[in-house]
Amino acid sequence: MKSGVGMKIIYVDNAATTAMSNAAIEAMEKSMREDYGNPSSLHSMGQRSAEKVRAARESIAKNLGCSSNEIYFTSGGTEADNWAIRSCAKNGAKNGKHHIVSTKFEHHAVLHTLQALEKEGFEVTYLDVNENGIVKLNDVEKAIRGDTALVTIMYANNEIGTVQPIAEIGRLCREKGVVFHTDAVQALGHIRINVEKENIDMLSFSSHKFHGPKGIGGLYCRKGIFLNNMIFGGAQERNKRPGTENVAQIIGTAVALEEACSNLDKNAAYVASLRDRLIDNILSAVPRTRLNGDRESRLPGNISFCFEGIEGESLLLMLDLKGICASSGSACTSGSLDPSHVLLALGLPHEIAHGSLRISLSENNTREEIDYIAQVLPQIVSRLREMSPVWEKIQNEEKEEYNYAVQ
Amino acid sequence: MLYSKEVMDHFTNPRNVGKLDNADGVGEVGNAKCGDIMKIYIKVDNGIISDVKFNTFGCASAIATSSMATEMIKGKPIEEALQLTNKAVVEALNGLPPAKIHCSVLAEEAVKAAVADYYNRNSIEYDKEIFGCNGCCGSCEAAGD
Repeated sequence: MKSGVGMKIIYVDNAATTAMSNAAIEAMEKSMREDYGNPSSLHSMGQRSAEKVRAARESIAKNLGCSSNEIYFTSGGTEADNWAIRSCAKNGAKNGKHHIVSTKFEHHAVLHTLQALEKEGFEVTYLDVNENGIVKLNDVEKAIRGDTALVTIMYANNEIGTVQPIAEIGRLCREKGVVFHTDAVQALGHIRINVEKENIDMLSFSSHKFHGPKGIGGLYCRKGIFLNNMIFGGAQERNKRPGTENVAQIIGTAVALEEACSNLDKNAAYVASLRDRLIDNILSAVPRTRLNGDRESRLPGNISFCFEGIEGESLLLMLDLKGICASSGSACTSGSLDPSHVLLALGLPHEIAHGSLRISLSENNTREEIDYIAQVLPQIVSRLREMSPVWEKIQNEEKEEYNYAVQ
Repeated sequence: MLYSKEVMDHFTNPRNVGKLDNADGVGEVGNAKCGDIMKIYIKVDNGIISDVKFNTFGCASAIATSSMATEMIKGKPIEEALQLTNKAVVEALNGLPPAKIHCSVLAEEAVKAAVADYYNRNSIEYDKEIFGCNGCCGSCEAAGD
């Protein structure tokens, strides 16, 4: 592989965003050129756009297992999370319910919304996750009280890829009569979701995580749950989310999701095989490395490592210089001194959490790319460890332990 | 790009990496909890820093500031090394992102810690006031909350 100009880029940051689907790009381009009518207009141009939006909504609903009037388009996952949580909080407050159940390792779109609500007088229980990054059903059950307005637990974690027991949590919440929202931004299009079967009341999604366009997503809200407006204006989205529809992006979302869902089993099996190959290769090649998150209950494309003795940002930039685009839960990428709240929620000590690397794969990755990463990554880790005083300390401790054992 | 050309140069080709087995002074600052540790080794001959090496655990700017700081004190009289400021290191690197300024403070402190160690080993009197961090960058525990 060549380095420098013209170097091949290996993109393994698909949890951050994905390459757009060609079919989605083509559908969007066609829509932007031809369907520029406003769906609210009564003339034929407007009605043609309205029909495209209707068909797109129906297609998305089919892939979620709900009906199309339960889908509301938003500017993305963050807006959907804010909307769902704030709306439920408001509904709860009307009935004297000021308690929300969530977890410590949610995305900031959820955590920061909850923190804002705490300042407004709500009480939030942030559940621990186990060392493998899975929420315990028993903890959810114990946390639900008479005044609980909402349970919001992510479908799959964005950093460590662990998939939560959503259907079980859904059943529990339904039994207890508490609204259940899930942030499914990382999950939709990658694992099968059926909101009806899984008793999900509200679900947030984001198009660019499944090869759709950025700046659009949506909220599924089960019929019968009152949705409060966040913004006010015209009658779009059943009066709930006014503003002229983003027609092209809605179409792009539907095309990308249909493509992802119709190839889901094949893609998931392929991506998981690449994932497992890379995990095995790295764990056997690099000592004092841990895989974060449950090995079984994880997204097909997610790999999250912690390498002892090094810091994640250095690792990330060195990989980039070798043409590999990955991610880190490292503090240094966020400008804070604290490492990722997700890794700390697993109970990892700060010094180990600093050495994190997230590799998130898609079906566009090849086995050759994975093997190139498996070849380059151990070299970079060694290089950084060679200049690390923390690694030196670890090695000295190992030597002492060995000498002690020999004596 | 997050970092200047100079930072990337010192990060990808760090100068003076390693240890000195017969060092006359060793300074270690930072902690693994915060994600940065710098360890600087100096060799002193006739009051001149004749050799210097470093080991750093940290982000790209931590490695680059260590590298630059060691370059800036190499071959210099000790007194001059003590004049090294974090600002001078930042300027030599053509700037650091605001969140990374604390790395340059660590580099300055690591140099001072190595010199203090040298003074202590040789029972040389010195003004303790000039050593240590005053929490100016607001990024570490010394800055308080």
